[in-house]
Amino acid sequence: MIFEKSISELHELLIHKEVSAAELTNAYLERIGDLDKDLQAYLTVLEKDAQTQASEIDQKIARGEELGALEGIPMAMKDNMCTEGVRTTCASQMLREFYPPYDATVTTRLKDAGSILLGKLNMDEFAMGSSTENSAYMKTRNPWNLDCVPGGSSGGAAVSVAADLAAFSLGSDTGGSIRQPAAFCGVVGLKPTYGAVSRFGLIAYASSLDQIGPLTKTVRDNALVMNAIAGYDAMDSTSVRYDKPDYTKFLINDIKGLKIGLPREYFGEGIDPEVAKGIQKCVETLRSLGAEVSECSLPHTEYAIPAYYLIATAEASSNLARYDGVRYGYRAEAGDVLGMFRKTRADGFGQEVKRRIMLGTYALSSGYYDAYYLKAQKVRTLIKQDFDQAFEKFDVLLGPAAPTPAFKFGEKSNPLTMYLSDITTVPINLAGIPAISIPAGFVNGLPIGMQLMGKAFNEGTLYRVAYTFEQTTNYHTLKPNLSGEVLARGSR
Amino acid sequence: MAISREDVIYVAGLARLELNEQEIQDYTLQLNSILDYAAMLERLDTDGVVPTAHAVPLHNVLREDEVKPSISHDKTLRNAPDAEEGFFRVPRISLT
Repeated sequence: MIFEKSISELHELLIHKEVSAAELTNAYLERIGDLDKDLQAYLTVLEKDAQTQASEIDQKIARGEELGALEGIPMAMKDNMCTEGVRTTCASQMLREFYPPYDATVTTRLKDAGSILLGKLNMDEFAMGSSTENSAYMKTRNPWNLDCVPGGSSGGAAVSVAADLAAFSLGSDTGGSIRQPAAFCGVVGLKPTYGAVSRFGLIAYASSLDQIGPLTKTVRDNALVMNAIAGYDAMDSTSVRYDKPDYTKFLINDIKGLKIGLPREYFGEGIDPEVAKGIQKCVETLRSLGAEVSECSLPHTEYAIPAYYLIATAEASSNLARYDGVRYGYRAEAGDVLGMFRKTRADGFGQEVKRRIMLGTYALSSGYYDAYYLKAQKVRTLIKQDFDQAFEKFDVLLGPAAPTPAFKFGEKSNPLTMYLSDITTVPINLAGIPAISIPAGFVNGLPIGMQLMGKAFNEGTLYRVAYTFEQTTNYHTLKPNLSGEVLARGSR
Repeated sequence: MAISREDVIYVAGLARLELNEQEIQDYTLQLNSILDYAAMLERLDTDGVVPTAHAVPLHNVLREDEVKPSISHDKTLRNAPDAEEGFFRVPRISLT
């Protein structure tokens, strides 16, 4: 079916006029209409806008103009990236009626590339969560098992790609929010190096950790999207000026002699043995393709969770101070301005957001700053040094993208239990390095993801290993069974 | 217990959050459980370790001080819960 195709396949069909952008867009809109009432990936569907955009592309094709790699390709964005005039909720009641007055840089870049925006995707409120259960609006379901979560916080972004409700999507990753849902849903998800993709117009959660990245069906597609969105942006003061490569140049089916390290902390305690076994099997595949694989250690890994949750919540408590009911967003009525602030924030934020604001405010408060926030920042240095040392010996590090396959709704109702599930992803954000999750097999009928970690601005090496693995395996071609019957059973 | 019920009420005040009784109880328990876990950081000797605020150190990112177009007044106020004559309108601030 047409909606199952990769970006590069769709591009070929478009330029050879075997399908029009309008037909393609309508095929996705129809599929969203059929399936999304059950999967609930989309918070907003932009039917008319998408069709208008598609017909403009078709006119361009009719005029015989050259078509860019992403031109006419229908996609969707996580609802924490600003889209001018298009409601952007961050899955929060606080922003129920927020219509951004400007586009995020990634939005502008995808518009310039001619991609068609199908809609905005569900997520954990303000990107705080690992299951998308913290959305103020709805629960997104995992297409492989409707009783399971899609992962989070970019749950909608992963499901839109896994269930072919979009050709690709953009997510954001503060502590694993692209890679873990990509793993849970069986798609390719990249968290780029901090500073590689502009955060301008990304609604902030934890500014020193947030990064936008692509979720795609194939490794090639991922590189194509990075070509469009990455690169320096003067509007983001943490954007890095670097020599942006053509990422597709790294799609080389050869990893002979490449040195891959397996951090033993990513295969031990806290990791589902079945997941570890599945990833080990992938390691054997890479070894048979000529990679030099050996064990290594990232000794401070276990400290990453507390360090992350102190730093991220401290930054969040500061970033989310802006929601005061004055300039935009929800306002509760009260007699005086302080009462208005307090009630607006009490009503507008959900439980997890309030919990993180409380934790972060406490960690930054007088008398506790040194013991919690400063200590966590020092530990962050140690975690970063672990990676620096490992990369002296290895080109790439490899482990599972998540310690388990997708879990059931409500299974991790204790906040700390949910936090602990981020052990394989948060160290990467603390170190600021890139990492990708790619489909790596199944455990109990649910996809698992192999995570490749690289040196800063070395996305290319990750793509090379991922591409080589993908050319040798068929995991990325397998699709969840989404016949009407399955959905009917799941939606009891 | 690292954090008391009074601490929770105090921190909620700092964060401008009105909490109900249930939330005060829940957050007291949950923040304690999280902070107890975070206490493992104390096991690490971090004397002399330089804290990392940003993974990619960038300092003083400046640009030329020139006027550039920005979002219009009208557009800026469009999302305001309450606006009047080009201003954001808020409830009274002074108690007198």
